[in-house]
Amino acid sequence: MPNVDAAYYLILAAMLFSIGAFGLLVRRNPLVMFMCVELMLNAVNLTFVAFSRDLNDVGGQVNVFFVLVVAAAEVVVGLAIIVAVMRHRPGATADDLSVLRG
Amino acid sequence: MVELVWLIPAFPLLGFLVLLVAGRKLGEPGAGIFATLMMGGSFLSAVAVFVGLVDRNENDRFYELTLFEWIPSGDFSVDVGFLADPLAITMTLFITGIATLIHLYSIGYMHGDANFYKFFLYLILFAFSMLMLVLGNNLLLTFLGWEGVGTCSYLLISFWFTDEANASAGKKAFVTNRVGDFGFMIAMFLAFFTFGSINYGEMLSGAPGMAVGTATAITLLLFVGAAGKSAQFPLYLWLPDAMAGPTPVSALIHAATMVTSGIYLLTRVNPIIAQADGWAPDIIMWVGLFTALFAASIAVAQKDIKKVLAFSTVSQLGFMFVAVGSGVYVAAIFHMITHAFFKALLFLGAGSVIHGMHDEQDMRRYGALYKVMPVTAFTFIIGWLAIAGVPPFAGFWSKDEILLGAYNENKVAWVLLLLAAVMTAFYMSRLVFMTFFGKARWDAEIDGEVPEHEIHPHESPKTMLLPLVVLAGLAAAGGAMNLPFTHSLKRLEIWLEPSLFGNEQHINVAAGTKWGLAIIAIVGALSGVAGAAWIYLKHKAPASLVEKPIMESGWGYDTAVSNFMGGPGRKGFDAAAWFDKTIIDGVVNGAGSVVKGSGTLLAKLQTGYVRSSAVGIAGGAVALVVYFLARTSF
Repeated sequence: MPNVDAAYYLILAAMLFSIGAFGLLVRRNPLVMFMCVELMLNAVNLTFVAFSRDLNDVGGQVNVFFVLVVAAAEVVVGLAIIVAVMRHRPGATADDLSVLRG
Repeated sequence: MVELVWLIPAFPLLGFLVLLVAGRKLGEPGAGIFATLMMGGSFLSAVAVFVGLVDRNENDRFYELTLFEWIPSGDFSVDVGFLADPLAITMTLFITGIATLIHLYSIGYMHGDANFYKFFLYLILFAFSMLMLVLGNNLLLTFLGWEGVGTCSYLLISFWFTDEANASAGKKAFVTNRVGDFGFMIAMFLAFFTFGSINYGEMLSGAPGMAVGTATAITLLLFVGAAGKSAQFPLYLWLPDAMAGPTPVSALIHAATMVTSGIYLLTRVNPIIAQADGWAPDIIMWVGLFTALFAASIAVAQKDIKKVLAFSTVSQLGFMFVAVGSGVYVAAIFHMITHAFFKALLFLGAGSVIHGMHDEQDMRRYGALYKVMPVTAFTFIIGWLAIAGVPPFAGFWSKDEILLGAYNENKVAWVLLLLAAVMTAFYMSRLVFMTFFGKARWDAEIDGEVPEHEIHPHESPKTMLLPLVVLAGLAAAGGAMNLPFTHSLKRLEIWLEPSLFGNEQHINVAAGTKWGLAIIAIVGALSGVAGAAWIYLKHKAPASLVEKPIMESGWGYDTAVSNFMGGPGRKGFDAAAWFDKTIIDGVVNGAGSVVKGSGTLLAKLQTGYVRSSAVGIAGGAVALVVYFLARTSF
């Protein structure tokens, strides 16, 4: 298996992260924003794995599992909230949620 | 039996609580009798503790009883505890004893007063506070009692508060005392700072090693406090006005409690005074001396019988401060005790006269009262001879000790003090001659006024006469507790020794000199009496020869202070109030409004838009990255 330089993975991860961050900032649909967050998380996972392989340190991969677990939990809670909001107000955007401001 | 020390203040406290709850129901004379019994119980406990203390070994007469921890706060811990040592128990004995007699007397004196039970409520609280002051084993507990007597004096002086003058006299006493309390409090802070404790035992054993400067500061600050409570110049102002209260109150304040607390406090901390720079005790002595002379000169010209006695108290307290300043603490305590006897007697006697004369206090309307008030007159005469310094009555012995101490310290001071003693004999004789002898002037016209109705003086009831007789006995024989002839006869000195830590000045003058000084003092006293007889009994010289208007007005000092306080002083207080309101409060309130303002400002950032929060996070992350990059690259 050809040994791909870690830099490529890192560049890809950076691009994915940037796309995620950009999407999070510009889109208003909560579901899309949610996907962007997932994208950012996985960009970080990719970075972990890339470094783990490059540095021969399994610790990075261990961290990935933690991130995955946290992301799963986050999805459970986040999706539940989004579904609840959508039921209450069909077609609501993230900005509409500012009515919850105390 | 020393363990019973807690009973001494417990009795008056119980009395106070019961009167508080059920005083109205007890009414007259129940409330008075109950209060008297409680004070009597306190006196008996004091006697029991005294006996227990005498039983103990001489070096073991320093008993501390801690009831509970009062203020635990880090390194600072204050207990509620009592200290039974010869000094405290000596004080306790005469405080409770005289207070009991005064309670008994008040049953007769306050007869018919609408607030009969309230008077005893305050009176017994007063006694309780004084006992806490004396028995407390730390400065803070003493301070508690200190403030307690201040509060009670306020309540009692303005007891007949419907009269504007009485109410303001109470206020004056309270405010003037606060000035002195300020010194006490700073001294207390300084003591804690120095010793890490305000317990007397620890303070006094630590005193010999302390810095001279600190000791001087504590001494002077405590003296400021003492001057307030014990009515020394320039803080004596409240005492003559305190005459506005019922006469038994005057007797209690002036004889047994309150005014003695300053002397007690300074005697208590004698190791600190011993450690202080030499000029600090000198200041105490000279202030006392000046007060003794100053007040005596005012007393000579007063028309009101109680005012004479009031200034006399100020003057006699000056004597005691001279003793403290000269280091003859035993003489100070001795004079305090004998003074308590004869001054309580004189005040109660004056009260009896006022009672019999239907509240007339002007001596120009008295005269020839010995015929109608034989018991009052007889006991009063004993009190007079005692305070004038005529042997063998109590006052002679104690005053002689102080004169000897002053002679040892400074010859000029001795001469001036002797002068004050002569004046004492003079004004007291004047009082007695004007009141009990001469022609009856009961309906005399004074300043164009005559009494509204005819006055028929009468002797007072038995409850009032019994205390007079007991006190007269004490005033006559009280000197026996400390006779100067041989060392073993100086019982008070031997008894007080453990409380004085060897700081008592032992005077080494030849026996001949002592006799000489005593004879000079006797001649002085008798010449004072003779002078008064010359003017007021024989009318060989007009009274205006000695009664100068300026002396009657107290050398204008009171008026000057009042004018200052009303005029320039007022502006100063307003300025201080302004400073407090704008600068001090401004800083405190400013801190609050800064927080509130910045909060309002920052709250605007919280828009509720998820994406603006996300921008904040993203921006922050970028800034952090930039920071770390910049740090590693440069």
